[in-house]
Amino acid sequence: MPQPLLRQAAGWLLCLLLMMPMHSALADWQAEQASTLLGTDSEARLAVLRQWVANGEPFAEAVLKALSEDALLIGAQRPLRKEGGHLVDLLSGQAVADTAMHTESVTINNRLRREVQASLALLRLFASNRAERLAAASALQSRATPAMVPVLERAVQQEKDPEISALLHLGLALAQLGSSDAQQRLQAVIALGESATPVTKATLSRLLLPGAEMDKTVLRQVESSLQQVNRRLLFGEAIASLFSGLSLGSILLLTALGLAITYGVMGILNMAHGELLMIGAYTTYAVQTLFRTHWPQWLDGYLFVAIPAAFAMAALVGMLLERTVIRWLYGRPLETLLATWGLSLILIQAVRLLFGAQNVEVANPSWMSGGVTLLPGVVLPWNRIIISLLALAVLALTWSLLNRTRLGLFVRAVTQNRPMAACVGVPTSRIDTLAFGLGSGIAGLGGVAISQIANVGPDMGQGYIVDSFLVVVLGGVGQLAGAVWAALGLGITAKLLEGWVGAVIAKILLLVFIIVFIQRRPQGLFVLKGRQTES
Amino acid sequence: MAHPMPSLQPHHPPLLPPLAWFGVALFAAFCLLAVPVLHLAVADGSPWHLSSYFVTLGGKILCYAIVAVALDLIWGYAGILSLGHGLFFALGGYAFGMYLMRAIGRDGVYHADLPDFMVFLNWKELPWYWAGSDHFWFSFLLVLLLPGLLAFVFGYFAFRSRIKGVYFSIITQALTYAGMLLFFRNETGFGGNNGFTDFKRLLGFNITSPEMRVFLFALTATTLIGTLLLCRLLITRKFGRVLTAIRDAESRVMFIGYQPLWYKLTAWTLSALLAALAGALYVPQVGIINPSEMSPANSIEIAIWVAVGGRASLIGPILGAVAVNLAKSWFTVSFPEYWLFFLGLLFVTVTLWLPGGLVSLWQRHQGEQP
Amino acid sequence: MNMTSPVPEELLFQGNSSLGHPLIPGVLDISHRVILYLEQVTVSFDGFRALNNLTLAIDAGELRCIIGPNGAGKTTMMDVITGKTRPDSGTVFFGQTLDLTAMSEPDIVSAGIGRKFQKPTVFEQHTVFDNLELALCGDKRVRHALFTRLQGEQCDRIAEVLQTIRLLPLARQQAGRLSHGQKQWLEIGMLLIQEPKLLLLDEPVAGMTDEETEQSAELFLSLAGRHSLLVVEHDMAFVTKLNSRVTVLHEGSVLAEGRMAEVRNHPRVIEVYLGR
Repeated sequence: MPQPLLRQAAGWLLCLLLMMPMHSALADWQAEQASTLLGTDSEARLAVLRQWVANGEPFAEAVLKALSEDALLIGAQRPLRKEGGHLVDLLSGQAVADTAMHTESVTINNRLRREVQASLALLRLFASNRAERLAAASALQSRATPAMVPVLERAVQQEKDPEISALLHLGLALAQLGSSDAQQRLQAVIALGESATPVTKATLSRLLLPGAEMDKTVLRQVESSLQQVNRRLLFGEAIASLFSGLSLGSILLLTALGLAITYGVMGILNMAHGELLMIGAYTTYAVQTLFRTHWPQWLDGYLFVAIPAAFAMAALVGMLLERTVIRWLYGRPLETLLATWGLSLILIQAVRLLFGAQNVEVANPSWMSGGVTLLPGVVLPWNRIIISLLALAVLALTWSLLNRTRLGLFVRAVTQNRPMAACVGVPTSRIDTLAFGLGSGIAGLGGVAISQIANVGPDMGQGYIVDSFLVVVLGGVGQLAGAVWAALGLGITAKLLEGWVGAVIAKILLLVFIIVFIQRRPQGLFVLKGRQTES
Repeated sequence: MAHPMPSLQPHHPPLLPPLAWFGVALFAAFCLLAVPVLHLAVADGSPWHLSSYFVTLGGKILCYAIVAVALDLIWGYAGILSLGHGLFFALGGYAFGMYLMRAIGRDGVYHADLPDFMVFLNWKELPWYWAGSDHFWFSFLLVLLLPGLLAFVFGYFAFRSRIKGVYFSIITQALTYAGMLLFFRNETGFGGNNGFTDFKRLLGFNITSPEMRVFLFALTATTLIGTLLLCRLLITRKFGRVLTAIRDAESRVMFIGYQPLWYKLTAWTLSALLAALAGALYVPQVGIINPSEMSPANSIEIAIWVAVGGRASLIGPILGAVAVNLAKSWFTVSFPEYWLFFLGLLFVTVTLWLPGGLVSLWQRHQGEQP
Repeated sequence: MNMTSPVPEELLFQGNSSLGHPLIPGVLDISHRVILYLEQVTVSFDGFRALNNLTLAIDAGELRCIIGPNGAGKTTMMDVITGKTRPDSGTVFFGQTLDLTAMSEPDIVSAGIGRKFQKPTVFEQHTVFDNLELALCGDKRVRHALFTRLQGEQCDRIAEVLQTIRLLPLARQQAGRLSHGQKQWLEIGMLLIQEPKLLLLDEPVAGMTDEETEQSAELFLSLAGRHSLLVVEHDMAFVTKLNSRVTVLHEGSVLAEGRMAEVRNHPRVIEVYLGR
């Protein structure tokens, strides 16, 4: 992977830069400053430091660094530091020949130390490494002070990178807010209005407090800027919760798609569905462990093996359950419910004995970490994006399997009219097993997805079963489209409510909503109207 | 048409057949006489002494048996499988637990007027819904009213829109799940995770004394008998026949002019009330109530007691609750890691091979001997 | 209008005495002789018109047979009458005053419409006697079911119906053990005991032996007059035996109406139905 290499190279480069002899520096080092530094007048000492930073003295960084490490010495009115048995002149970067030179060490108090730290941070704005500059510029948002204005102005002039430049402008504006010049403050407030971070919002809100800002024009601008910022922030939040809703929806969809086949199409109420998810997740864990021990160099690719493995494993277990238990209970939904609940208990306990009762750790492959920054503060994590894509792919696959293949045709035939299907030569019992296996396998895929974002433990399936049944109930029986809309709708509603009233109340509200909804449309979202001959 | 008009007599089934009366009497004698004597009068060292562990276990199991009978009324006779009866059980327990918490008075860890958990949460006064909970009769009324009202409202809306079968089961499961989440929150005001515990006294008497233990046990046994007789009375009336008719062919029942809604709702609400009563009896004996009583797993376990004993028999659920819970106590002590396997297998075996439950074995036996 | 069955005098003369008789909402009014009107009823399921502008009138005391090929809309028509399916358009009146499209299923039943389903549905776990007891007309509220017991005269009424449907000896038998034909009769008995004004019978003799069919025909003819009957049937021999007015449905509307002999010779009927 290139990243560590880059970082290393940058580090070397930095070292080289620091070690370069800095002859030109000599001109700006004023001898009397050395004595000021050694003195006790804090204000004077601070002034000296600030001047260096503001002027962008080439030696500033080395001197400040030595200061912050309590290693700065003054000898012959030049800044020195001790390195391995001898002294190094910080202005020339060369070792001092005279080992017996008289030196005095510069001691600093806490106030000075804070200033030194802040100055060092500021100096990073001029680092050659982009990442370092970016980090320094980001850090500015929370600690820009009026004293930094000259430095920031210089940094803004030098900066070429647009992202960092934007951050610098923002930082400059924040710093300028403390200026005594109303015009400058006005410019700052206008500039802040262009941003959309919680920090600017807080800063602007503070200005509205009585006594914080006296100038009328500035105050008016503060109000309008604050409105702009709020609008942008709200928009960002809306995007963020919409996305997390979509992502929750795609997980619900993955868990519910399997159910849409086993319950929705085949009419089997499988309470062990959550445990099939769990099996999928544990298969992912097992594959990951296998890669870690045998092929660590391919670890990042384990997911590509885990997906088919989880599908196969869950499908196998599902078919086993269908053959041994569920098939004897067709047409008796309540008994099926109880028996499959029993199966779920057995599966949970089996996994507990095999893998232990504790949660196991499934790590994201490195290419799934991080995310895409949509707006400042709105990051779409890669793992969620990929899970949404996976859900889409599985949906497309399931749909085409049911509607475009012979197996799908048989499944639909068997569920619509079993005796007739048997008459025309469809092997109904094999089809039942295969269809159930398909539903279970999809649950296994759901397990892979969940393992990437949530805990993997023996009980994990229990938490998803209520949700996924609600999706099917809401979506209506026998419908893939219903399940899709219900899953996305539930996911987005849940996230929006969560932001508003908190997770638990949101869940309860959702349940109440579903109960009310079923009042209105007992057959779910998508009702197949027809002659009702139920008796 | 040539037959003379025959006379048909109305056929009224007895409340209980003679053999069953004998069984009830035997059970009452055991619980109301034998247990008190063996626990209180027989000395501690004697092999005939019944230890407090067994009295409490027995009381707990009898509470479960009451819930099982309540569930049988609605599942066995009306065909409505509730996977949320644990909610009513727990609500009854919580309502009575509020009284028990208040009865602790200043004897708690913090020696404060408020229950300990509220002091811990830094609350200054009781929430409004705790008002009156220091009165025994008010709390007793709450035990019945609260779950009854919830069951009535929920049932009204569910049955009105003809939610039935598996749909109803799933919705009730979601209901108890929601209740559990709600009670897990500290802000709800019922002790969060830990629920209520450390009770000290009931109506001024020490709650952990042997006398109180035996009294609660006998009270539970009496309630169980009362529940059994009440449910039996209902199903021998026309009400019971309408209920089973609804179970077997609901739309037919509507076509002959009945409103199934009110029949189901009556049975459902009564069933919830009985479950709540059982919960209220359970809490002082076990000494703790927490939200895990509302977990979906607990509620579905009630269904397996009924299934193991035999649905639509009233006596079967009692047998089932006793058998399964005795097995559970034994397993969790001897082979804790195999209990779930056993329970899971029980679910599977009963539904596959013994759909009529234990009672059907007896009936088969009766059938072989004419 | 050609009456096919003798109508009891009290029904015939009930409303004829005055032209401006009061209309009492909620009470069956058959003063114009007609007990059931369907007017331009249309029901469609996802674009398929199960009933298409169906207009039909049944007289009080009449025995009417409805025939028609599969998908002609017979069962849907029954569903509309009993309130199970609501029509997209059109009106359905029971007598002059009762708008069936605005009534709930149980209300329709208590107004006096009984329906026998295609598949016999009796309460299989109950005895024959209990089945009739449940169907017995009277208070059907929970309170009543909880606190009252069966009276002697109600028992006599049950015995009377058992006699009519020839199941008296099997009164204490579990309904699930009856033969197919006996179940059909029991179901008819359950309708009769409610003393309905109008009986809807959906293929009442399907699956019966010849002897049972014969006895059913006798039973229905004896019921006509006291009740109005609407019989949906496939068995042409049976329909011929009933010798009543026949309505032929096709694609959701009336194709022909008249005596069996007339209908048989109707060219369109021969084309779509009998001729096949």
